[in-house]
Amino acid sequence: MDFSHILVSFRNFTPEIILAAFFCVALLIDAFAPEKVSRRFVGGWALAGFFIAGFLAIAQTSLTGNEFMGEWFFRSQRQPNGTGMLVVDNFAIFFKGLVCVAAVLVTVFSMLSQELESEAKPRLGEYFSLLLAMTFGMFLMAGANDLLLMYLAIEVVSLSSYAVTGFTKNVPRSGEAAMKYVIYGGVSSGVMLFGISLVYGMTGTTNFAEIMNVLSNPAVAMGMATPLTIACVMMLAGLGYKISAAPFHAWTPDVYEGAPITITAFLSVASKAAGFALLVRFITTAFPQAAFDWRPIIAAVSVFTMSLGNLAALQQSNLKRLLAYSSIAHAGYMLMGLAVSTGSGISAILLYFAIYLVMNLGGFFAIQKIAEQIGSEELDDYRGLGARMPVVGVLLGVFMISLVGLPPTAGFIGKFFLFSALLKGGSSYLWLAVVGVLNSVISLYYYVRVLKVMYLDKSPGEQTSPVRIDTGSIAIMGVLAVATILLGLPNFFGPLVNLAQSSLGTMSRMLMENGPSIGHLLK
Amino acid sequence: MDNSTILILITFLPLVAMVAVLAMPKSAHGMIRYTALGVGLIQLALTVALTMSFNTTMGGVNDPKSFQFVTNTPWLSLKAGFLGYINIDFFVGVDGLSMPMVLLTSVIMMIATISSWTINKSVKGYFALLLLLNTGIMGTFVSLDFFLFYVFWELMLLPMYFLIGIWGGPRREYAAIKFFLYTLAGSVFMLLAIIGLYYSSNLGGTPDAPTHTFNLLALMNPQNYLSGKDAILAPATSGSFGVTDLRIWAFFALFVGFAIKVPMFPFHTWLPDAHVEAPTPISVVLAGVLLKLGTYGMMRICFSIFPDVAMLPAVQNTIAVFGFIGIVYGAFCAMAQKDMKKLIAYSSVSHMGYVLLGLSSMNSIGFSGAVFQMFNHGTITAMLFLLVGVVYDRVHDRTIANFGGLANIMPKYFFIVVIAYFAALGLPGLSGWWSESFVFIGAFKNQHTQLWTILSLAGVVLGAAYMLWLLQRVFLGTLKTREWESHLPDMDKREWSMLAPLAIVVIVLGVWPKPALDLMTGSVNALVTFLQSNAGTAATQAMNLLK
Repeated sequence: MDFSHILVSFRNFTPEIILAAFFCVALLIDAFAPEKVSRRFVGGWALAGFFIAGFLAIAQTSLTGNEFMGEWFFRSQRQPNGTGMLVVDNFAIFFKGLVCVAAVLVTVFSMLSQELESEAKPRLGEYFSLLLAMTFGMFLMAGANDLLLMYLAIEVVSLSSYAVTGFTKNVPRSGEAAMKYVIYGGVSSGVMLFGISLVYGMTGTTNFAEIMNVLSNPAVAMGMATPLTIACVMMLAGLGYKISAAPFHAWTPDVYEGAPITITAFLSVASKAAGFALLVRFITTAFPQAAFDWRPIIAAVSVFTMSLGNLAALQQSNLKRLLAYSSIAHAGYMLMGLAVSTGSGISAILLYFAIYLVMNLGGFFAIQKIAEQIGSEELDDYRGLGARMPVVGVLLGVFMISLVGLPPTAGFIGKFFLFSALLKGGSSYLWLAVVGVLNSVISLYYYVRVLKVMYLDKSPGEQTSPVRIDTGSIAIMGVLAVATILLGLPNFFGPLVNLAQSSLGTMSRMLMENGPSIGHLLK
Repeated sequence: MDNSTILILITFLPLVAMVAVLAMPKSAHGMIRYTALGVGLIQLALTVALTMSFNTTMGGVNDPKSFQFVTNTPWLSLKAGFLGYINIDFFVGVDGLSMPMVLLTSVIMMIATISSWTINKSVKGYFALLLLLNTGIMGTFVSLDFFLFYVFWELMLLPMYFLIGIWGGPRREYAAIKFFLYTLAGSVFMLLAIIGLYYSSNLGGTPDAPTHTFNLLALMNPQNYLSGKDAILAPATSGSFGVTDLRIWAFFALFVGFAIKVPMFPFHTWLPDAHVEAPTPISVVLAGVLLKLGTYGMMRICFSIFPDVAMLPAVQNTIAVFGFIGIVYGAFCAMAQKDMKKLIAYSSVSHMGYVLLGLSSMNSIGFSGAVFQMFNHGTITAMLFLLVGVVYDRVHDRTIANFGGLANIMPKYFFIVVIAYFAALGLPGLSGWWSESFVFIGAFKNQHTQLWTILSLAGVVLGAAYMLWLLQRVFLGTLKTREWESHLPDMDKREWSMLAPLAIVVIVLGVWPKPALDLMTGSVNALVTFLQSNAGTAATQAMNLLK
């Protein structure tokens, strides 16, 4: 057996190796460092890990000069020239970058969090190690190119997430959330595993590219249309659960509400990004459209997800829950880009994620800091807060307006390019765009309600004492808010659009302007 | 400093002032107010200077060369693979359609600033938002790039929401969110039309590698469209405008977006709520300028980009019908109101109906009437709201039945009231008369809108009825609420400073409308010529469509 290609491949695996190493060392530090050493030190260690891993991931763009990023990790035995378990392309790097930025921000948020400080101070070392483990799993998800690795990566992320969700174990709702998360996660990963086994049974391979090769033969694909559909829907259950797409979203509100808010922020951005990366890659590289047309299913899921997210958010009185439903709705918007499955659709998803990261993390951080001062995430307790914290109120307002998608904020640009993708190739997705814009209008109501209670309502008991939030935290929020506004201006979103569109990686060969096509494979 | 720099200054000076106001201490009420006032004065002076140097012979509309005070620099030009070329220009300029509106905006914002002197609650926030609103409105009127236009259009929503929601009356929250939701619902469909137009356009690129554009003027040229199924809003045949199903849909998506702002029946229900709850200065801005954005948008965008659709007889007929409903329905609603401010609000629905009727005429005289009516309604209705504000400030009541005999108690006030009310009902010799007459003459000349013009004449009688009846109930007879007598001093200097200039404008333009009409005639003619020249092909295409 020849191991040389494995050794060669190691250089493509450096970011993951770094994360794994930092994770192990973090555990050791936590276990052996003297009691009096603050466990926040582990947070610093994790930050260093994220920075190095992120830097190495970005450095991987130089691995190849060609548009497909031809370096493959662990080449398969059957097809030495084919693809391996893990692919390193611009698409994966883009998502790794996103995950890293989110991880860095969330680590900083966690180090500033009083919730974690008071509830779980002695165990913070584990907390930061688990963040490293989750990030490791997400890196794998971003590059997974094989059903087996896909499953393993998802499990790595899930298992770490379960643990951190219930991290503030003395808070009852936290424990409840973790329990629900485990049950939902267990069921959906089981269903997905069954789907995987069906696909393997039908195609005899677990590699995305090889599945594509097998199914590219129309006769073969037609012969197993029904089981293929069943398998695909089952796999969608697993992936849909990860991105909290309806109808697999039911865990989201409870988990988002119960988990420490830093984790809620991380799950809503990084975990979702990794899930999307995997879903997009799986759909575009494993399943030729001729064999199985995903697009109607994805379009239906998209409509269902965004409508449900927005309508349910209207009813919420708890901000964490409100943002949980809002994150469901945003997953629905992004699925629109996948529903068209064109290059512009996928690029728009990437762009949207970059923007969503900034505005959503900003919003969560503002809520975290406010909750530390007023002790609540209930909308009712936000009444009259605008006058008591003028700066943070405006910053939270910027994030909310951006989440609605009003210009001149970044959220508008995200939506603009998603709708552009829908209308670019003709009018066949006009209906989806109409549903999308109607949903934006609905979402206005609940996002603006946050502004309404802060600025229009009087605080109960006429409280006027200012809510003091430390300058460092305000500075972080300020940076995110300024980024949210600047990314709404052409001078600044231009480069981001460029990046998003050049990050399609191996996908770009599959994505003709009119969706995935196997025409060139049949020739 | 050249004129195009001045135009940019007019637009962005309030934004700069907003930043300055935000940096001022919260308690420095005087400094904040005088900053806003100073900016308003500078803005007005600059606008007047621009109006003086405005060349009235230049048409504008679809011809970039005859726009004035133009700044056109690429803002973003990006070759983005799958997303195509992305071109966004910073393209501003004015022609005879926007120049009167820019002037109106400067005047009304100035008056609104003076009127805001009585605001004492969170002064800093109030003036910051008012200044932001100013930039939003100004920017919308001068933008010639669709992306830029949309950004400014949406920029107005948030300040307006807070200005009504924080400084408004008892039901302010409801009114504010209703305004917000209605307007956004209209504008998101506009967004889809914008995207559709963008991807159907091609300015100078090859069909394989098209250069899409948001340039409004380029979109008015049928040569600048792609053909084929991907170009969803391309004209039916390449090279000349022609109707397709999707173009009609897009026309109405834009039209409804603008109609909500006008507001056109049946989208008008946000207006009475917003007006009743908004503080006086905000009502003035809302009725004085904001509503005009709707009809301005129809002329600048709907008609000019879709001349083929606009020239369809059925479309003209539809606009005329809704104009007629607005005029008559608004007037009847006004007559039924018990609250003075709500009455004035419904009179706006009626008066904006005249603008719609004028727009349906598709000829020079009707369009002149419409644009002139937009300007006149802006000044007259601003007076009406200010006048309501005058008594409301004194007794905090607007119920018509509680008043009476004010003519004796406040004679100077009554003098201005008479000018404003008679201008509103279209008395010859005051500015409103000219524009209404032009609208009727124009719309009567168009055979497709003739019937509705005749029916709309009822609006003149109804208009006189509700205005005179209001005059009678509030100003004649005796004061119903005796104890108010001592609380009703006559107008003070500040109130004079707001109302007198407007009254002078109304009278001067009533006697001598030529300067105002000159300002717009060139562009109105250009627009009509442009529409007519695309009508031939439109009619043919319509026939094809019906087959």
